[in-house]
Amino acid sequence: MLKIVNYILGFVFFVFLQVLILNNIQFSGFINPFMYIIMLLILPFETPRWFLLILAFILGFTIDIFSNTPGMHAAATVFIGFLRPFVLKWIAPRDGYEAATLPRIKYYGINWFIKYVIILTLAHHSFLFFIEVFRFSDFFHTLLRIILSSFFTSSLIVGSQYFMYKR
Amino acid sequence: MNNLIKFIIKHHVIFIFIILEFFSFFMLIQNNKFQRTKALNAGYELSGILYNKYSEFTEYLSLKDENKKLAEENARLRNQLYASYKTDTIFSRSIHDTLRKQQFSYIAAKIIRNSVNMQNNYLLIDKGNRHGVKPEMAVISPTGIVGIVKDVTDNFSSVISLLNSNLRISAKVKRNGYFGSISWDGKDYTAAVLNEIPVHIKILKNDTIITSGYSTIFPEGILIGKIEEFSFKGGDNFYTTRVALYTDFKKLNYVYVVNNLMKDEIKSLEK
Repeated sequence: MLKIVNYILGFVFFVFLQVLILNNIQFSGFINPFMYIIMLLILPFETPRWFLLILAFILGFTIDIFSNTPGMHAAATVFIGFLRPFVLKWIAPRDGYEAATLPRIKYYGINWFIKYVIILTLAHHSFLFFIEVFRFSDFFHTLLRIILSSFFTSSLIVGSQYFMYKR
Repeated sequence: MNNLIKFIIKHHVIFIFIILEFFSFFMLIQNNKFQRTKALNAGYELSGILYNKYSEFTEYLSLKDENKKLAEENARLRNQLYASYKTDTIFSRSIHDTLRKQQFSYIAAKIIRNSVNMQNNYLLIDKGNRHGVKPEMAVISPTGIVGIVKDVTDNFSSVISLLNSNLRISAKVKRNGYFGSISWDGKDYTAAVLNEIPVHIKILKNDTIITSGYSTIFPEGILIGKIEEFSFKGGDNFYTTRVALYTDFKKLNYVYVVNNLMKDEIKSLEK
């Protein structure tokens, strides 16, 4: 029960962090960090896939409401909600995920976590930026934005792990 | 039905994914102006290409009908064309002046045939007997003399052009009033020859030549041309003078037929 409350509080915290602070960060139009996806990444391994999708949709839609872009973030988060189980399977350690563990640094190590975060962040940002520009004409410009922003978002997510779960 | 439900349950994650993505994109296109325009444009383009191909195909089927329709329309429009009609209006008017009596009246006419490249050139104009044109009337253009009416039918007249070796018109040098006769030597349609100017008279290059008014045909003072060059051989009594014509006979379009109202009176004296 306490865990669920923790997740809800985390959800509210990261949504506000995103819409109040991170949405206003735009270094020369290239770097737009979208750290809120951390809420999808740190959900337990056992989360049912259908529930993951619905949570992803709610998360994306909430961000959309605040940033006045209905559907854009929702589409991107549902996309990584769908991808997450496949990515987890792909980068799974040799002896699989142990029961009662969470996808965090302290269980599976920094290398694994960075790989995990970067793959899903890249997927999310690619999807998001391409439906934002909605054309392939400025492909390399969009690609640069994706790479820079993904790097920035991944750093924030990995860094926040140390910051929040040190205790 | 059972199988379908089983299928859906088996792949419920995919279905939820597709439904949620569909819903997201639906919202995206409904609510974001830019994406909406883009999506609509793509749709319009696609349907435009489709309809275009379809109509390109169906056009062939009605080609025969279309051709017939166009031919009929062409015929109808041709009948309405200005060129199919002959102008029948007479632009002439008489002024009743108690102090001065009108001697010349003018009839506007359009040239319908013209030539400049023969030795004896004739013009055809679109006014004839019905409009008051009679043989031996003068024909002038806004820039100068053109010729003399030769034959007249009800609606048309033939005009002896100045560019005709049979025509001689009485002309004078405007500056000093000495007169001679002007004729065409059959060489160049821009120039004529002024004869019978005696050598003791001083003429200059660029002197204006006008009609003399010494005949019953031309009024006095209609422009003819200007002296381009003149010479005389030893022993001659007259200059040989080339006159550049003011009227460009290749460009003539509208002319005036000059009617001398007192011609008969003058003629009766000459008898």
